Amino acid sequence: MKDQQDYIQDIAEIRSMMERSSKFLSLSGWAGIIAGMAALAGAAIAHFVMDFRPDEILYPYPDLTTLIWLSLGVLIIALVGAIFDSYRKAGKRDEKAWNPTSRKMLSSMSVPLFAGGFLIVILISRSLLGLIAPLTLLFYGLSLFNAGFYTVKEVRIMGLIQMLLGLLNLTFIEFGLLFWALGFGLVHILYGIFMHLRYER
Amino acid sequence: MKISFDDLHKAFESRVRLGIMSALAVNDSLDFTALKEFLNVTDGNLATHIKKLEKEDFVEVQKSFIDNKPNTRYSMTPEGRKAFNDYLNVMEQIINTQK
Repeated sequence: MKDQQDYIQDIAEIRSMMERSSKFLSLSGWAGIIAGMAALAGAAIAHFVMDFRPDEILYPYPDLTTLIWLSLGVLIIALVGAIFDSYRKAGKRDEKAWNPTSRKMLSSMSVPLFAGGFLIVILISRSLLGLIAPLTLLFYGLSLFNAGFYTVKEVRIMGLIQMLLGLLNLTFIEFGLLFWALGFGLVHILYGIFMHLRYER
Repeated sequence: MKISFDDLHKAFESRVRLGIMSALAVNDSLDFTALKEFLNVTDGNLATHIKKLEKEDFVEVQKSFIDNKPNTRYSMTPEGRKAFNDYLNVMEQIINTQK
């Protein structure tokens, strides 16, 4: 017969397996901090250097190409940071980053992201640049909210915050990139610091 | 049918089988590779344990082909879920009484 100690060990094992097989846990605070810094830098360059200051929904901007390259750069830094961080953390826990749970999480994220992405392309083609910041926040928030079902619950809360910022931004278009910098920059960094303090020390 | 504690005990005495059941308890279905990755065991080891759970009717198998490659998915049967829950309850009782 097993003794009490065995059962306690069994329960610990069951709990860890249920969590590992249903939640993606290989993302640390660092990914959030890197993405946040990239977003803040990107927003600052757009605002101060490129003079991109959308204050109305219809806001034609002459140098769209540079703007698109800038946003792609920010996106790539954030993605590379997240991918690198997942592999590093999964390796440390002796797990694989690319597993059924991370695939489920990514596919649930991708639906709102693709819908939002197509919308942004249409907005750009119509010069409705004032709507880009609020709508990227809104769709990103939806996507995080979805992802939160397959990872730590803090991600869902972050999703709600991003959606709220997006909606507020829609009512205050004149603040342009400020809300975007708050959401993609500050919220990511705060999330990263919180996650780091909570789960990694 | 009432499953005796001895049967439960036998089915779940191995940590690998307990791990398979735990993973299937929170996923609709998982394929062989996914289970292997979660459990960190060899092909042969995992196959043996799954066979045993299949024989108890705790786990069911769906075989299909994806891009002409065989794909085997496993899921928990209602009996399996009941047995798993019973086992958790029994463990809880044992721990509580021995406290």
